[in-house]
Amino acid sequence: MDIILAPWPWYVAGPLITLTMFLLFYFGKRLGISSNLENLCAIGGAGKLVDFFKFDWRSKSWNLMVVLGIAIGGFIASHWLTSSDAVILNPKTIIDLDALGFKNAGAYFLPSEIYSLDAMLSLKGFLILIGAGFLVGFGSRYAGGCTSGHGIVGLSNLEIPSFIAVAGFFIGGLIMTWFIFPYLF
Amino acid sequence: MKNFKFLLIGIFFGIVLTKSEVISWFRIYEMFKFQSFHMYGIIGSAVILGIPLMYLFNKQKIKTNQGVAVKIELREKGLSKNLLGGIIFGLGWALGGACPGPMFALIGKGIIPIVVVLFGAVLGAFAYHGIKHKLPH
Repeated sequence: MDIILAPWPWYVAGPLITLTMFLLFYFGKRLGISSNLENLCAIGGAGKLVDFFKFDWRSKSWNLMVVLGIAIGGFIASHWLTSSDAVILNPKTIIDLDALGFKNAGAYFLPSEIYSLDAMLSLKGFLILIGAGFLVGFGSRYAGGCTSGHGIVGLSNLEIPSFIAVAGFFIGGLIMTWFIFPYLF
Repeated sequence: MKNFKFLLIGIFFGIVLTKSEVISWFRIYEMFKFQSFHMYGIIGSAVILGIPLMYLFNKQKIKTNQGVAVKIELREKGLSKNLLGGIIFGLGWALGGACPGPMFALIGKGIIPIVVVLFGAVLGAFAYHGIKHKLPH
């Protein structure tokens, strides 16, 4: 049981993600999580404002079931399959984060400086959360995919657009982490 | 219920994302700081195993449960859309430490602030389709 309760190493997680992709293709679907952001818009009535969202989201209900499942999986894994919420980090990472103002990095899954209720209820914290989400939603639909659709499926299928998109993911991520974080935190 | 199998696949995927700590903001931060192999190992091993799998699907050596060839919808070409969209996505991924899949897993974990992030993501997808005719693709 210890081996289940401890964090799973990359060489377990990577192949299991490939298995997820296989299962979806086996049932005739292409893994792609960010499409659900459009499905949620359509459910919310965005078709009244933007024609794109007039599609029948019920035809995408399989994908909404996948993300509902992910949430249930997140619940199961964190409540019943995890013994500690600490994340073991490279000491250098802890020092770097401390210099940015993140205390006790790795003590919990998420930094309290961003993901605590106090942070959420402050103006700056709220803008960081909603801004991060906005960039992810806007960028993933602009690029036509996120880490799953481009990063896993597209790269596996050797699709040129996915190589370009993943290069973009890294350019954006590096700019944020190395150049913007010192001004934000 | 024909969609039940997709719920089960999602549950499995959510457990994998959570147990491998892909849903942790810290794992994304250390990836962009090149201070850990973890995320590179996960994405790298998934893709290295995925390449022969996709080859077999494309060659129709593996078929769907209906016995037909898999129809793989290819991603649209376009240097501007993939590169600019990718960069915008990357900025948000590093800031929030969560891409769309992990956002849902974190809701399951009971992290209330992630709802704000997900709301922002839905808003972002809406905004993109509202102004896409003005953007380079």
